[in-house]
Amino acid sequence: MFDILRKSLRTGVVTTRYPAASPEGTCHARGRPEIDWANWKDARTAAAVCPTGAISHVEAGGCRVARLDLAKCVFCGLCADVDDAIRMSTGWEYAVRRRDALAWGARYRLNGDGTHGGLVDGPMTPGVAREGDAAPGASDSIEALGEAIRRRTREIFGRSLHIREVDAGSCNGCEIEIVGLNSPVYDVERFGIRFVASPRHADMLLVTGPVTRNMELALKKTYEATPEPRLVVAVGACGCSGGIFGVNYATRGPVDAVIPVDVYIPGCPPSPNALLHGILKAIGHDISGQIR
Amino acid sequence: MSSSGSKSFSAALKPGLRRAMEALAKQFRGRITRVDAPRPDEVYLDADPVMAGALCSTLYKKHGARLAGVFAEDARTSERAFLVYQIYALDAVGGFVVVRLALPPEDPALASLTSAVPAVNWQEREIQDWFGIRLLGHSNPRRCAMHDDWPPVHPMRKDFDLRATLPPFRGERHKFREVEGEGVFQVPVGPVHAGIIEPGHFLFSVAGEPVLYLQLRLFYVHKGTEKLFESLLIPHGVRLAESISGDSGFAHATAFCHAVERAAGVEIPARARALRTICLELERLYNHVADIGAICTDVAFVTANMHAMRLKERVLRTNEHLTGNRLLRGMACLGGVRFDFDAGRIGALSGLLDELGNEFNDLVEIIRSHSGTRDRLETTGVLSPKVARDLGIVGVAGRASGIDRDMRRDFPHDFYDEVQFTVPVFSEGDVQRRLAVRREEVYQAISIIRQTLNKLPDGPLRTEVREVPPDRVALGFVEGWRGEIFHWVHTAPGNRLARCKVKDPSLQNWPALSEAILGNIIPDFPVVNKSFNLSYSGTDR
Repeated sequence: MFDILRKSLRTGVVTTRYPAASPEGTCHARGRPEIDWANWKDARTAAAVCPTGAISHVEAGGCRVARLDLAKCVFCGLCADVDDAIRMSTGWEYAVRRRDALAWGARYRLNGDGTHGGLVDGPMTPGVAREGDAAPGASDSIEALGEAIRRRTREIFGRSLHIREVDAGSCNGCEIEIVGLNSPVYDVERFGIRFVASPRHADMLLVTGPVTRNMELALKKTYEATPEPRLVVAVGACGCSGGIFGVNYATRGPVDAVIPVDVYIPGCPPSPNALLHGILKAIGHDISGQIR
Repeated sequence: MSSSGSKSFSAALKPGLRRAMEALAKQFRGRITRVDAPRPDEVYLDADPVMAGALCSTLYKKHGARLAGVFAEDARTSERAFLVYQIYALDAVGGFVVVRLALPPEDPALASLTSAVPAVNWQEREIQDWFGIRLLGHSNPRRCAMHDDWPPVHPMRKDFDLRATLPPFRGERHKFREVEGEGVFQVPVGPVHAGIIEPGHFLFSVAGEPVLYLQLRLFYVHKGTEKLFESLLIPHGVRLAESISGDSGFAHATAFCHAVERAAGVEIPARARALRTICLELERLYNHVADIGAICTDVAFVTANMHAMRLKERVLRTNEHLTGNRLLRGMACLGGVRFDFDAGRIGALSGLLDELGNEFNDLVEIIRSHSGTRDRLETTGVLSPKVARDLGIVGVAGRASGIDRDMRRDFPHDFYDEVQFTVPVFSEGDVQRRLAVRREEVYQAISIIRQTLNKLPDGPLRTEVREVPPDRVALGFVEGWRGEIFHWVHTAPGNRLARCKVKDPSLQNWPALSEAILGNIIPDFPVVNKSFNLSYSGTDR
């Protein structure tokens, strides 16, 4: 008994200071691929090695639209190995409220040999203009109403959030990192966040995917059992986009193919810091870039 | 490459395997139509399907073999047949005999081996569900890998489209076995569980507190993985293999790489073999430490788990330093590994080992000194050696129940034949011993990594694996932290696969849970379950 106490006292506080300060030891993490869009010479090389189709291209009318979809990306870095215009960042604050804010694209003129002749427009993301809290359109629009409800939701959950985790088909990689949030190192309870055993006690569903055909009904029932107002956060490449599994006879693909999603956290799997960033974002605490 | 008759086996064949093959060829003259020995430790026998039972019996009784895997392949276009493969592991000689049985394309059927070898129960039912091959005489032929509400399709057949859309799941009414009697009631749990874990359904039949019977319903996270491999370029398959079972990503990817490398006939540089070994042991470390902590949590000793989670985090951060990913993803590649360990990384790894050695001692001491924990763990969830042998239990759970097997020692892969280590084996088979196997393996893992670092060879990180020639078959295997992992590939033109069979140890070990829980009380189920810690995703694929 006293040995146990002594060990605890000797160990001291091990909790990370993130988001108040930089997280420890993340400078070695492989984050998202960052593309030098203006100097990207050929999207085909990277697309050919990308295992999930996160980097893709379409040719039409002498032009090529090249895309990077962070929702599909597993952060493997194979693209950066073969293409000098791509480097892997060490970031993790990638969670967004709109699925399309994860997809970037640019249009290039094509040379005769299929390389890029020059940037026509982009890089751009269809979601970026609408990302954030500003309600678009007139104040009496449905969007504005929805935004007001969402803001109220965040006010309600601001200081206490109960999360029900649902594995709707994941490989268990995301779960390993979600469990890490409960460790003394990340200790989410310091934010008033708790993982609970029943959706009836939950304010938020943290859902990993891809949603399998066999879990679709269970996910819907869990969603319906969660009292309103409720938030849904899709976790990982598979939860955001279906990932390497995509849609097939046994999977329905991303979480938002089955239930509405409020925040998307990409990554394979997202680290506890990335998860924390996304969960806090869903309740209106945007901690992006606070510590730089 | 192929030969028939008994005289002309490849001279390169391992001596023990050659002797076994010569004996088999003599005994089954005329019934074995072809013998291929593509590698010294891997022999393929084409046999008359009616002889499968007799072959199995001979292999078990005369050659000490065990049936480590059974799977099928739809070869109707190339060979006008469905093929069933039975992988026999000859642990004592370090070799595999793969029996290949050709079944007619119309109404294929084969005599079931389950009554003789209960270990293949689920695998045979999986073949039945996925290929529509009937296993005649199976003692429990109900659907296993496909839930009862699935339409009558066989998704692993080549004429079934990977991207086909099946009608939505409406909720099945699975006919569980009925357990009746005075005071007997049923407790259904899942698929969405209370903790942060994967989905599956358990039906307990209890009378008072003790569990009379436990039925498992898995395959909720079936993702069509084996079919998906057939649609991918081989190099992309490495990333899919990483996503078969999240906590064994590196082990699965390495087993897949082994299979492809063996098919391609590629030698792996010594440095890559060493780095793979280090990563496999790092995966073992973080999982074993986490499991030891979680077992303590399930008997309400949370303090120990807090220390364990802290140590696990320490390993994960080192993983990130070494490979850029906390779960070692992106490290595996065909022909070797992707990232080198420079002096700084080796220093970080050595620092981890020093710190972990001390900290883990403290954790072990805290658990040991807590008599209440030991009271809860000893004699709880016993899996007897006899039942473990019948069910073919592998890995940690097997070694806690007297099964002295470890692929790292019996079929040394990567760098394991160049390091010294012991394989802890206990015969009691309770939760305490499954914890003890993990505890000893943590010490062994630290030692294996240290020895590997001391001998770390110089040289290239990988051999380039160009397009793999079509129509080659190969078995890849790895002792993952949970147990033996098999990947079997059959290559196709265009650097693709005609078939990739994945066998996670969990598929083999799940039935053990139903046995180990008998007579225990439901409140002990979490700790018994955690002591096996089986992968749902690895099982369901």
